[in-house]
Formats: sequence, structure tokens, C-alpha cells
Amino acid sequence: MTDYALSLRPLEFFFAQYKRVWRGTIVSSVVTPIIYLTAFGFGLGTLVDRSADLPDGISYLEFVAPGLLAATAMQIASFEASWPVLSAIKWSRQYHAMLATPLRIVDIVLGHQGFIAFRMLMTATIYLGAIAAFGAVNSPLGLLAIPVTVLVGVAFAAPIAAWGAYTETDASFVAIFRFLIIPMFLFSGTFFPIDRLPGVLEVVAYATPLWHGVDLCRQLTLGDVHPASALVHVVYLLAFTGVGLALAFYSYRRRLLV
Amino acid sequence: MTTQDGQPLIHARGLVKRFGELVAVDAIDFDLQRGEAFGFLGPNGAGKTSTMRMIGCVSPVSEGTLRVFDLDPAEDGVEIRARLGVVPQEDSLDLELTVRENIIVYGRYFGLARSVLKQRADELLDFVELTERAKDRVEPLSGGMKRRLTIARSLVNEPEVLLLDEPTTGLDPQARHVVWDRLYRLKRQGVTLLLTTHYMDEAEQLCDRLVVMDKGKIVAEGSPRELIERYSTREVVELRFADDDGRPEDFSEWTDGLVSRVEPLPDRVLLYTDDGDAASHGLHERGLVPESILVRRSTLEDVFLHLTGRSLIE
Ligand SMILES: Nc1ncnc2c1ncn2[C@@H]1O[C@H](COP(=O)(O)OP(=O)(O)O)[C@@H](O)[C@H]1O
Ligand SMILES: [Mg+2]
Repeated sequence: MTDYALSLRPLEFFFAQYKRVWRGTIVSSVVTPIIYLTAFGFGLGTLVDRSADLPDGISYLEFVAPGLLAATAMQIASFEASWPVLSAIKWSRQYHAMLATPLRIVDIVLGHQGFIAFRMLMTATIYLGAIAAFGAVNSPLGLLAIPVTVLVGVAFAAPIAAWGAYTETDASFVAIFRFLIIPMFLFSGTFFPIDRLPGVLEVVAYATPLWHGVDLCRQLTLGDVHPASALVHVVYLLAFTGVGLALAFYSYRRRLLV
Repeated sequence: MTTQDGQPLIHARGLVKRFGELVAVDAIDFDLQRGEAFGFLGPNGAGKTSTMRMIGCVSPVSEGTLRVFDLDPAEDGVEIRARLGVVPQEDSLDLELTVRENIIVYGRYFGLARSVLKQRADELLDFVELTERAKDRVEPLSGGMKRRLTIARSLVNEPEVLLLDEPTTGLDPQARHVVWDRLYRLKRQGVTLLLTTHYMDEAEQLCDRLVVMDKGKIVAEGSPRELIERYSTREVVELRFADDDGRPEDFSEWTDGLVSRVEPLPDRVLLYTDDGDAASHGLHERGLVPESILVRRSTLEDVFLHLTGRSLIE
């Protein structure tokens, strides 16, 4: 009985539950990028391309598609780490059921995050396929955007799960989405380069994990990778993941082992 | 096996659980022997759940000694929990999954093979009479069925000790009897049971031995029969009065020499005596006429009342 195997066991629950809803999530994983890419790539894109001051002469579709990939990962992962975590503690109590078996806190944290990572993998693969179908993947390096998207997802899911296990009610989740997730979606380089933001906001955007994910995905799908900045992006996202997991471990423990 | 014959499966000495200033479990001592059905009887807030959670290794011990299978809950939680079955006070079933999936998923947490679990799930569902509901989602099941499923699930790892925290609280009388019947069968099969309850009839039915718990302390220990013999009389006469005017302020003049103890409660008066009929006859001769007189056998409720001055269920 290795520790490694213990951390995989919670997946049994998440997969059993996912089996009931997977079709719906696949459909939305396919439809969502098509809608976004059509609206922003073709619709808005035709206007933007006319004024044409994107770097290196790329189209707006090529610019926005990898941004949407990372931003969508952020949204899904943040959702999966908020209500479901609080529910597994307070309402449906799955974590308590797990803790009545050999599973430990660390297994529950890693198991749940592992499931979110799996969801990201599915979403990213489909999304990237859609982007390729729209002709906006310029390089085989674009395939690496899949693991990067998984990393972006967990970089959000881990700290939000830490909060989800800390908070007493779900009231704060709405605020997190309204005041953190949506502003990041809009202003972290998804739709326009962050150097267009006024001074201090540019610095703020630079500090968001989403910007690092967006820029890295963009470098990869455009096939225009700058190793130094790519490395900084990866390290930044790993740091969020690592600190998030440590916080989650602490906060799950504090909440569940009383 | 770490537990030799005769060594208790669970051993507690001076066990304390604190939540900040509040002392939920106040230095309790008990031992659980293999094969017995042992109960914690006490009202809400007595500290029963806190004790069960410490045994289940999900609540750190504040002070004192606790050994489970001669292992330390702080160090060996994984091994201890692998050998325990837990029926928590609050259900933690996966409502979105089917009845059968609930058992299989839970069994997978113990690392059991899917092939083993399929067979075990069928046997367990048969045991708790849920075979017909095997493929249904859990959500719409009745409270009694959910409880039975929780019990079936807790048995999936063939535990050496089954912890049951208020197994029938919130169930209607019929559903309770079905649960009792299943627990009684487990007991006959030699499963060691540790249960908490605030129902004295549940404790009387199921427990070979029990402790009475109040405000974090153990106030008495013994078999149901021993406790009744020690702390109560064989019979109880319950008097009810139509209104306060008909109810004497002081009972001693009416009951002197007739009964061994009088317990006036807001809604009725309990007279403790070994011969209830003789006592009620005597009262009648002395001219005391309550609205109703009921003679019954003593129960653990009377033991609790005697020990704490309060009833089990407020
Ligand atoms: N997590 C907790 N935090 C603070 N107080 C608690 C907690 N759990 C239980 N208590 C308190 O400890 C006491 C004993 O509770 P509990 O063990 O649940 O009793 P029982 O199961 O006998 O009803 C109660 O006063 C209860 O309010
Ligand atoms: Mg309780």
C-alpha cells in the first residue's frame, strides 16, 4: 500500500460522479470554444485586424484563441474548486466519508486536485482541437499548450480549494468570481496585450497567474517561444500551485480534523 | 494481529477532548473487548460524538491515553481506519451515485479489488434488504434506507469494530426496528459493536455493556440490568395530575414507607418501588387520587434520571 496509490483512491468517487455528467461537460467543452472563437475571432477580429497593430502581423483570431484557452481553464477550475469543495465538507460530506477509510488529508487534497487536472486535460484537448480547426495553431509546439492549460487550472484550483475549505458559507465564492476571476478574464492579456493598460494596472495584470498562462499558451500556439519568459511563466504557475496545495493541505486539516 | 486475546480492542484512560475552553470529553476511562456490544448512553452534548471521532482518528486527542487495536490514533490512523467500520451521526452517502456504486466506491477507498467489491456489494445489499434499490440513486431513499445503506457501506472492509454514532436517531419507530434487527444479527455473527445513543430502549436492546455519559463524564457503567438494579428499583409508578391544584406540594406524607424514592417531574411524578401494585394500592388507601396511575418496569431512563436529575431527551 504505497502512499501514491492512496492519493489516487479519491478519484474513484470523482469519476463515478463524473460518469453521470461527462456528456454534458464534453458538449460544453466543444460548443464553448466554437462560440468564443466565432464571436471574438471572426466577429470582433475583422474589426481589429483592419486597424492591424498586433505584433508580428498575426490575426486577432490567432491572438485571442490561446488566451481564451487559458482563461477558460481558469474559470472551470475555479468553479470546480469552490462549491464542490465546500459541499464535500458541509453538505454532501464526501470528504468525511473518505476520512472514515484509510485515506488521509493529503490524499483528499491531491485526489480532488487530480480530478480537476483531469477535467482540464479533457477541456484543453478539445479546446485546442477547436482552435486548430479554426486555423489558429501555427506550430506543433501548440500541443504543449495542453499541459500548460492543466497547470493554469491547478494554479487556480489549489488556492481556491484552500479558501473553500476555510470559509463557512458559499457567499464569498460569488465575490471571488466577480472581483477576481472575471476581471482577470478581461484584463490579463486574453483580449488585448497588457501593455495597453494604464501603468499600475499593467503591473497588476503582470502579477496575475492568468497572464502568465495566457502568454505562455500564446507563445506555444504561435510557435514563437521566448525561453526565458516561458520559464518565468512556468515557474510562476508552479509557485501558485505549490503554495496553493500547501495552503489547501493546511486548511483541509484545520477544517476536517477537529 | 496486534491485539492479543484478552487485550481490549479500544482502551481509553483519562481521555479528554477540548474545544477551546469547552471540555467536551472530560477524562473518561473505558475498554472495549472483542465480541461485545458496548454503548455510550447520554443526552445531546454529552460528548458521545467527540469520543467516537477520536476513536475514528479524525479528531486529535487533547489529553490522556487512547489506544485502538493497540495502535496510536495520532500515528497509525491509516492502519486503524482500515480496520474500523464507521456509521457517522450525519450521513455522508454520495447522493448522486446509485446505492450499489456507493458501496463499491467506498470499498475502493480501502483499496479492495473491484471484483471482490462487486460480490461483497451484493451480499451487503442483501443483508440490509436494499437489493431491489441497488441501481437507484440514493437521494430519494427514505431516512431508514439511507441508514441501512450507511451500515452496509461501513461493513465493506469487514471491520473488526463497527462504530455506530446514533444509528437510529431521526428514524420512525418501524425503521428503527429494522435497523435494530440488522445490528442484532451482526452482533450474533460476532461483530464487535461500539454505539452511542440517547434512546434508552436502543441501549437496552443492543448493548451487553454500557456507560452512561453526561457532560463529558462517565457517570456509571454496567450491563443494562446491572445499572437498573444498582440505580433504580424494579418498578416505577407514574402519577399524572389533572392540574397543579390536585397535585400535592409535598409527597412525603403520602408516600412515606410505601416507596423508596420520589422523583417529581414537571408533567408527572415517578415513585420508585419494587412492588408497583402494592404502592399504588397504598396511595389509594391514603386517599391520593391522581388523574392516572401507570405501573411499569424500570428502564435506563430512570437510571439516567437518578444519576443526573435530568431526563435523556429534553
Ligand atoms: N467542532 C466543535 N467545536 C466546538 N465545540 C464542539 C465541536 N464539536 C462538539 N462540540 C461541543 O462539544 C460538546 C459535546 O458534543 P458531542 O460530542 O457532539 O456530544 P453528543 O454527540 O453526545 O451529542 C457539545 O457541547 C458540543 O457543542
Ligand atoms: Mg452526537
